[in-house]
Amino acid sequence: MEAASVAQPSVFRRTRHVVDRIGDNALFGLSGAAAALALLIIAAIIWKVADGAWPAIRHFGIAFVWHGAWNPVIGREAYGARNFIIGTLVTSFGALLIAAPLSIAIGLFLSELAPPAIRGPIGSLVEMLAAVPSVVVGLWGILVLGPFMRSNIEPFLHDYFGWIPIFGGPPSQSGVLIAIVVLTMMTIPIASSICRELFLGVPRDLKEAAVGLGATRWEMVRHVVVYNVRGGVVAGIILGLGRALGEAIAVTQVIGNSLGPFHISLFKTGNTLASQIAANYQGASTNLQVASLVYLALILLVITFIANLGAQRIVKRFELQRTGGS
Amino acid sequence: MSAPPISLKATGRSRRRLFADRAAVGGAILAALIAVGMLAILVGSVLARAFHSLTWDFFTKGPAVFGQTGGGIAPALVGTLLLVLIAAAMAVPVGVLIAIFVSEFANRKVSAQIRLWLDVLNGFPSIVIGIFVFALIVKTKFLGIGHHQSVYAGSFALAIIMLPLVSRTTMEVLSLVPRELREASYALGVSKWRTVLSVVLPTSIGGIVTGTTLAVARAAGETAPLLFTCSIAGQLINWDPSISVASIPVTIFTYSESPDTALNGQAWAAAFVLIAFVLLTSMFARIMLERSRRKLGRV
Repeated sequence: MEAASVAQPSVFRRTRHVVDRIGDNALFGLSGAAAALALLIIAAIIWKVADGAWPAIRHFGIAFVWHGAWNPVIGREAYGARNFIIGTLVTSFGALLIAAPLSIAIGLFLSELAPPAIRGPIGSLVEMLAAVPSVVVGLWGILVLGPFMRSNIEPFLHDYFGWIPIFGGPPSQSGVLIAIVVLTMMTIPIASSICRELFLGVPRDLKEAAVGLGATRWEMVRHVVVYNVRGGVVAGIILGLGRALGEAIAVTQVIGNSLGPFHISLFKTGNTLASQIAANYQGASTNLQVASLVYLALILLVITFIANLGAQRIVKRFELQRTGGS
Repeated sequence: MSAPPISLKATGRSRRRLFADRAAVGGAILAALIAVGMLAILVGSVLARAFHSLTWDFFTKGPAVFGQTGGGIAPALVGTLLLVLIAAAMAVPVGVLIAIFVSEFANRKVSAQIRLWLDVLNGFPSIVIGIFVFALIVKTKFLGIGHHQSVYAGSFALAIIMLPLVSRTTMEVLSLVPRELREASYALGVSKWRTVLSVVLPTSIGGIVTGTTLAVARAAGETAPLLFTCSIAGQLINWDPSISVASIPVTIFTYSESPDTALNGQAWAAAFVLIAFVLLTSMFARIMLERSRRKLGRV
């Protein structure tokens, strides 16, 4: 009787101990499995896309990358990615050329120059631009921006800068230049909010030291703030580039999806890797054509993978440097 | 003999420096105005053009039969609701579990790797994720499911897009939960799993809701992953997730390229619905995140 009443708590303790051990292990196992699942999905994406492209890889080999034809006529099928790769690079770097200086300036405005009272609201407005779905940007691009560019901006560029080949040729309602503008709108919010975070991280003492030495605000910004985080700024802009490289919907709506060689004039229609895939979502008929589209996706995946991983590395090194230094 | 008056006006080099300073500040203000202007023009265009088509029928009827006018996007509204709900049901538990693993179990090296790869996944083009799901369960059968477009396929693609968003936001909030709370729980003899379930998660529930809301807002507007997985649709409202449905983004996409101006009008109205949903939810999410950050910062 006495022994039982002593033993009882220890039985309870033991069952609780067992439950806790099972619980701890179960939570560890479940959450570890979830993390493994995420990595598995990444591996599966790479494997499945490469696997889906395999018939085209076997048929065309690596020459697919620099081959210029895209001919879906059965019996004379020939596919190549060159025009789309060029289109992707031209539109993305074109967008970057406009977006990079604007994003740095917006980042500076939001971190250094704006009165504190309006920083918050303007910062959230810029971030909201990132939340606008790409299909809505594309809808606006095709129905509002396109006609506006054709009747206003492109004639102006042609009249004054027509001697530069990229502004030659007749204005059109859909084309590469419009795609560049649309992509610029989509990269600015990403790149500028990264720039703002970086600029906010520059130590206050450094800035005050510069001002104390008699620097103007611009000199302080240029030689201290931007100089201090230049690597991070490059990385932030590459992350924005990642979005531009992979954007399919908005680009396919405005670029015109031509299959011919990429034209030197930005007013002409063009095509990119992502937009060519998106434009063919209903049309792909033969196995080889589907495989070729997946091959395009594989090339796109490789390009964005390299860009993103590179940018992440720079950002990481940067954070380490900063936290290690302070 | 009085000293010559000293002028306070900047000259020469100082003048140039002053002008450079003014020009830089002016340029930055201009850049910020351009960004805000873009948002205003976009939202303004959608508002102005959506106005005529926003009728009661628009929300309650299916697309008009060929040759008739009117019609609406009710099937697409239901479709997007289904797609996003199922996607969230897949992505949120996994995303939260990953965050728990990173903040409670993994060592620094492992958690840094998981963070890196989640960022890489976040950077994958959404059209490639669509192609992946297409190759996995639309083109062929996988574990006995699939071989045609369906809500499941579309939701799976959307879930992959949501996963890094949910999990990164949750991680951020979990790392804000003060160490002392966990230690107090351990000091009372509470085991780790009970601590996570009854102390850590309830404290950070606001952040988890925020991450989910942001991810839902993003997924609701994604078109590219649905093109190959869930874009063939009938004219009627459908609640069956094993077949393909209409969705708002795909409807906007197809209507925007139509030469029919009535359909263009419907695209604008659908864009209005989408943009209103996305902007309101992400605004709500940001306010929530700010609040839970402040709350956790104070503890």
